[in-house]
Amino acid sequence: MAAKSNLTNMALCLTAVCLVCSALLGGMYVLTAEPIAKANAEILKTSIGAVLPEGGELSEAKPIEVGGQPSEYYVSTSGEEVKAYAVKSTVVGFGGPLTLMVGITPDGTVYNTSVLSHTETPGLGAKCDTDEHFYSQFKGFDPSAKILSVKKDGGDIDAITASTITSRAYTLAVKNAVEAFKTIKGE
Amino acid sequence: MSKRKLGIFTKGFFKENPTFVLLLGLCPTLATTTSAINGMSMGLATLFVLVLSNIVISAIAPVVPDKVHIPVYIVVIATFVTILQFAMQAYTPDMYKTLGLFIPLIVVNCIVLGRAEAFASKNGIVDSALDGLGIGFGFTMSLTVLGLVREILGSGSAFGWKFISGDGILLFIMAPGAFIALGYLMVLFNKIAKKS
Repeated sequence: MAAKSNLTNMALCLTAVCLVCSALLGGMYVLTAEPIAKANAEILKTSIGAVLPEGGELSEAKPIEVGGQPSEYYVSTSGEEVKAYAVKSTVVGFGGPLTLMVGITPDGTVYNTSVLSHTETPGLGAKCDTDEHFYSQFKGFDPSAKILSVKKDGGDIDAITASTITSRAYTLAVKNAVEAFKTIKGE
Repeated sequence: MSKRKLGIFTKGFFKENPTFVLLLGLCPTLATTTSAINGMSMGLATLFVLVLSNIVISAIAPVVPDKVHIPVYIVVIATFVTILQFAMQAYTPDMYKTLGLFIPLIVVNCIVLGRAEAFASKNGIVDSALDGLGIGFGFTMSLTVLGLVREILGSGSAFGWKFISGDGILLFIMAPGAFIALGYLMVLFNKIAKKS
């Protein structure tokens, strides 16, 4: 059974345990730092690739304000010509932050959208990531010809059944990205 | 394996099943069992932490002063959880995306500290490892079963394989459905546990 406590052995024991544990964690951090960075870069690259036209050289992340929040965007170019922009856009969804990557071509049309992270209700709001009928509405969406909000609010987007708040958030994220794109263009 | 050792291992499945009989660690249980795969992954993550922390704690318990034993145990458990978190982030990013939020919470899962206090600190290394394995696999089994039931009823699929088109009974994917499914499984498991 456990040893009898006195100040010296309590301090010694805690110090020793904490030293060993922090050394282990430090080692593990060094070991996994590179694979973690690689995995995160891979996720970002896939999501950008999904929302932009094929080919083109991707720029570094550039800072921009999207919907009043600091965010970032990427430019895809081939030669001198700008092919498309990818804007990262975060809004508050039903369960927490909803982050999208929105691809926009230079004429202002939405090329495609993809979900980077979300905390929506599984089976309901989480369908914004998997329900093709919903997210495909944004593919090739021209904000100058149609209204970017859900039908309930007088727009042209069909909301997901029983998930109006998520659909609104998703639409708002796309709208914010389009607004941000206008600022980029105006520069 | 002697009969006593086998008993230490098997009690985690029915007699002292952490989820359905002891009702420990219910928060991650209800939250992560939206599908069989999610439940199983969470169970295996807890199993990993449980076995390693049981082994280390049973080894250091004799020299740890009585008054600081809880802080020492928690530091050991937190270390293994953080190691697991780094590893998942690096090698299974998809799994980390689904379970990420609940991995750090394994530290405060009362099953892990409970086994450290009730078993590992009083028994040898081999017995503690067996106890960790038994309870860990029992927990994994419970989460997989609960996840499977909820997935079948809620999404009409099993282990990601869909057998109806469209939606299931959405209630079972959400928190109230988790409680209902848990309740019925509890009845079933307690009946089996009483018999054996």
